[in-house]
Amino acid sequence: MAEIAPVRKVAVVEEEIKLKAEEVDLQRAAKLGGVAGLVAVFVSANGMVQAFAERAIISPILSMGYALLFLVPLVIGYLAAKEPPVREGFEAPKKGPRNVVAGLLVGVGTAVGLALFVLVASVVNLRPVFLNVSPELLELLTFGQGVGPGLALLVVACVVLGTVGGLMRLVPDRLRNALWGGLAWTLLIGLLEVVVAQLFRGLGLGFLEDIFYAPLGGLTLTGALVVFVLAFLYYYTVVPRVDAWRANYAQLPAERQRSFRLGALVAVVVIVGLLPQVLGPFVSEVLDLVGIFLLMGLGLNIVVGFAGLLDLGYVAFFAVGAYTTAVLTSPASPRWSPELSFWLALPFVILAAALAGIVVGTPVLRMRGDYLAIVTLGFGEIARLLLLSDWLRPYFGGAQGILKIPNLSIGPIVFRTPVDMFYPILGFCLVAAYISWKLKDSRIGRAWMAMREDEQVAEAMGVNIVELKLKAFIVGAIIASFGGALFAVKIGSVFPHSFSLLVSITVLVLIIVGGMGSIPGVVVGALALVGLPELLREFQEYRLLAYGVLLILMMLYRPEGIVPSKQWMRELHEEELMQDAWLKMEEERRRQAEAQAAEGKPAGQPGEA
Amino acid sequence: MALLEVRNVSKDFGGLRAIDHLDFHVEEGEIVSVIGPNGAGKTTLFNLITGLFQPDDGEIIFDGHNLVGLRPDQITKLGIARTFQTVRLFFNMSVLENAMVGQHCRTRSGVIDTILSLPRQRQEEERIRQKAIEALSFFGTRLVGFRLHQPAFVLSYANRRRLEIARAMATEAKLLLLDEPTAGMNPRETLELTELIGRLRDEKGFTIVVIEHDMRVVKGVSDRVVVLDYGRKIAEGTYDEVAHNERVLEAYLGRKAVRSA
Amino acid sequence: MQQTLSQQLSERVNFAAVIIWALRLIVAVVVVWGVVSTLMSGVYSPSQWRDLVIFGLAQGGVYALIALGYTMVYGILGFINFAHGEVFMSGMMIGYFVADYLNQIGMWNGNPVLALLIVLLVSMATSTTVAVLVERIAYRPLRGSPRIVPLITSIGASFFIQYAFRGLFGAGVKSYPRMEALQGAVTVLGVRILKVHVLVIVAALVMMAVLYWFVEKTRTGKAIRAVAEDKEIAALMGVDIDRAIVTTFAIGGLMAGAAGLLYALVFYQVFFFSGFLPGIKAFTAAVLGGIGNIVGAMLGGLVLGIVESLGPILILSGLGIPAPHQLKDVVAFTVLVLVLIFRPKGLLGERLAEERD
Repeated sequence: MAEIAPVRKVAVVEEEIKLKAEEVDLQRAAKLGGVAGLVAVFVSANGMVQAFAERAIISPILSMGYALLFLVPLVIGYLAAKEPPVREGFEAPKKGPRNVVAGLLVGVGTAVGLALFVLVASVVNLRPVFLNVSPELLELLTFGQGVGPGLALLVVACVVLGTVGGLMRLVPDRLRNALWGGLAWTLLIGLLEVVVAQLFRGLGLGFLEDIFYAPLGGLTLTGALVVFVLAFLYYYTVVPRVDAWRANYAQLPAERQRSFRLGALVAVVVIVGLLPQVLGPFVSEVLDLVGIFLLMGLGLNIVVGFAGLLDLGYVAFFAVGAYTTAVLTSPASPRWSPELSFWLALPFVILAAALAGIVVGTPVLRMRGDYLAIVTLGFGEIARLLLLSDWLRPYFGGAQGILKIPNLSIGPIVFRTPVDMFYPILGFCLVAAYISWKLKDSRIGRAWMAMREDEQVAEAMGVNIVELKLKAFIVGAIIASFGGALFAVKIGSVFPHSFSLLVSITVLVLIIVGGMGSIPGVVVGALALVGLPELLREFQEYRLLAYGVLLILMMLYRPEGIVPSKQWMRELHEEELMQDAWLKMEEERRRQAEAQAAEGKPAGQPGEA
Repeated sequence: MALLEVRNVSKDFGGLRAIDHLDFHVEEGEIVSVIGPNGAGKTTLFNLITGLFQPDDGEIIFDGHNLVGLRPDQITKLGIARTFQTVRLFFNMSVLENAMVGQHCRTRSGVIDTILSLPRQRQEEERIRQKAIEALSFFGTRLVGFRLHQPAFVLSYANRRRLEIARAMATEAKLLLLDEPTAGMNPRETLELTELIGRLRDEKGFTIVVIEHDMRVVKGVSDRVVVLDYGRKIAEGTYDEVAHNERVLEAYLGRKAVRSA
Repeated sequence: MQQTLSQQLSERVNFAAVIIWALRLIVAVVVVWGVVSTLMSGVYSPSQWRDLVIFGLAQGGVYALIALGYTMVYGILGFINFAHGEVFMSGMMIGYFVADYLNQIGMWNGNPVLALLIVLLVSMATSTTVAVLVERIAYRPLRGSPRIVPLITSIGASFFIQYAFRGLFGAGVKSYPRMEALQGAVTVLGVRILKVHVLVIVAALVMMAVLYWFVEKTRTGKAIRAVAEDKEIAALMGVDIDRAIVTTFAIGGLMAGAAGLLYALVFYQVFFFSGFLPGIKAFTAAVLGGIGNIVGAMLGGLVLGIVESLGPILILSGLGIPAPHQLKDVVAFTVLVLVLIFRPKGLLGERLAEERD
């Protein structure tokens, strides 16, 4: 008893006066400073800074390499300066010098890391081991000023940027969001020069290109300023009102909402449909690829996002689609070549994919989730290795693959160029999006989600697990095979090398980053993760590095999409306590009301014998 | 003929006999309580009936079908639905969707019907929706209205238990197996649920087997009480008969004495 | 609602079970047919078979060492540490730089024993560091979440490590220096065996014996086993869970580091992707032996090594498949798939921490 008393006391104190809020944790900030230093050194030593230095973002002053390097102290400084969350019974944490100090610490950490790196690298030749630590890199890091003054400059820059990151915490929310928004858009528009410049030209606004972009690449200062100001104004004035608009929209009658949504959808489709015309062949090529990955993303989303089956061998179905198309349509197919048209081949593609779905799906039906992942990965690799082998060369052409796949055509219209190919790809994407949208809110979709949430319970509620898992595999396989078929006609040939594990991983990353189950998320994911590296070749090299980091971060900070229930449960705890407290309060109030209203009259309580 | 008949069923878990030559039956329209000390095999009995486990021996006859060897979903389709001792909802699905899943085994639309959006499929969706709402409405206003579209994880503990029952009701089962439906509820909620269990039979026509620890509930709802201990049936009868049965007292009090020590 | 007998029957005959049985039959027929026809053809001499077996043992020893990391992590945390192949690769890669340096200063061939020891230590230290860092950064915050979450994280970690190494050390294939002392063969009990293979087999067996002793007899080993058995009870008994788990990763790293050197001595090559295939194969070995089961991983490694070495020729050439050696990896993947389908418990049975999903 004596032991319990003090605990009670504390509880009472908590209710009566608010405790002082926790302050910004400077120790954590110092640790993050160390991390920032490591990250900065890492991106320098693995060649990113130098590789990205070629691309100017704002013409003479900022290259993508520097942008990457200096975002490290800025962003990590900003993160380190975050106040701890407001807890019940505590005062809201105050903003103040500690935020700035936290940012400063991160800046110092970055500076120390980079300075040490530059000093060591300028004394010892690290190149035999660290291939990318070149004299050019050192020159970049010291701004071409030599180790002495250059290093001083670097240190100052890092410290200042870290501090600025901390200072951002003191800025009012609305202004802060606008500043970040402006910065992000400036960087993005600078990066996407190829696309935006092409867009200007395509729209007949070529003169804008000269205003916005410098002849040697990158935004001009004027351009950067305009973009920043526009984005700033957008975030400062428009975005804060979106909530109000949304509320207005929610009050519209259901039919108006429906027609509104339909209108928006049509508008989006029309704009997207016009894109390749404006953007020209190079960007269209990229868009085609994005579309094919988007298609696969939508398919895999059904398997992983809806049904919760982690399929790491998804590329196998892509390969089935591509090879079936190649064999059936190409005159150069080694064994059988019926030379069907694409559309005649399509039913067979669907059939082959469904069959592949059953072949891969059936053995794994009763397997634990993680074993399923590895087995599907195994199937994917087996498929690729078999296609590559001499054994199947007489049928599928081995490493040389199958060439001369004819172009896609509808009647007299032949889809030859990347610009043309965009339309069938878009069409298939719309079909896939429609299918997944339709399935999501249906008997089948609900059963899939129930299975994902709790397989045993779903089964006990009458869901035939075997049947539904197979259905998910088959639908997913068919959508992937569409992707494969389009890929085959787009490239005009198929090789086993196009069907590596990396394709499966890319598609997986894209749907995880896009947020499981969300179709717009998958679109953005495909644009950013497939489109950007295609557009900017220097990204290509570091694509999988970034994917790895993204997967880890997504799982650490936003795992809801994948296996939500248990994660939610933990966060839920607090909410439940609140709800219980509320219930108790209600109970109390009712009892008092009853007591007052009907004195002496006992509350009729049913069930009491 | 009895609706459910468990004949001479046994189940071992690695040498531990969870159910020992159990005979047990439920008549149509009955409410039967299964009670017994912790570890007596009550939940195992439910798991055997619903096909989560297969019995080592014996047969389970429901409505003329032998359930042994059937999968859980087949058994549900035959007309048995259950709730779980530890509430197991589909937490990230909405309240309505949870109940709609219950209708899965009574409906047929497949992938192709859905994609083509056939009239039959749309009518079926509408019917699923209505049946689900009907089941949810059984609990008054607690699970309908704005709650319909909230994810199940925001529900309070008592509402989670209610939703579990609604989900089982939505399967249009003949027999409901409720595993400690009042566990974790406050006395008021317990009373309310006791009454609801009675109404489940009287108004909705379910036959009900309930595992319960709260003797007031057992007393309030049961036509018949079956007492298990160490996987064996040690007593059976009305509440009063069982409550005065010596072996039952022994099973409970014996344990109780140990527990309070 | 009476159903007809045929309806009841069709409900009871499980369609998936039928397919699985059919698969089983096909596999058995194919394997037996292949083996019989290869042996009947008599193209390969007994000494060729013996060499293949010995090569398989050497390769299998390496797989076994890596498999220990998978199996111990699975045993204690219940998830597949997909990045373990990269833990192995990292030791091998850093070991290469040291070996290369030692070769330049003449020590590699001047004092091979010391040189090997130095490289072994560096390699083990690197792998251990990587394994422990990955645990600390990527897995610890996720403890207790369903096993698919850390699996995805580990896939991310795997790609991150691969491409970080590629960025830092270049994409090219690096060749370990040849060690003269290991060239040639010795005759053991009348059997001619390459010296490298002797070294690899013996070293792998010694490492495994030490590990077995460590896990079975020492305090720390017992703590690890206790945590694998039941975390909560172990914690109540005063076992430091975090420490036991880190130790597990560290041991996995040590073994993978050693495997890195041995693998390099057999194949003499390393590049940033070198961890992927051995990683998957070692995982196969772990499953084959029974995941979570330490002896199983050792046995599984050796068996898989031999199957992979013999299988293509023994089974596939009998079926008239050209260039069977191309399908070596297919054989390994097929073993993986078949084991997971037909006997997920493995040869010796799995030993897992409590089920969590």
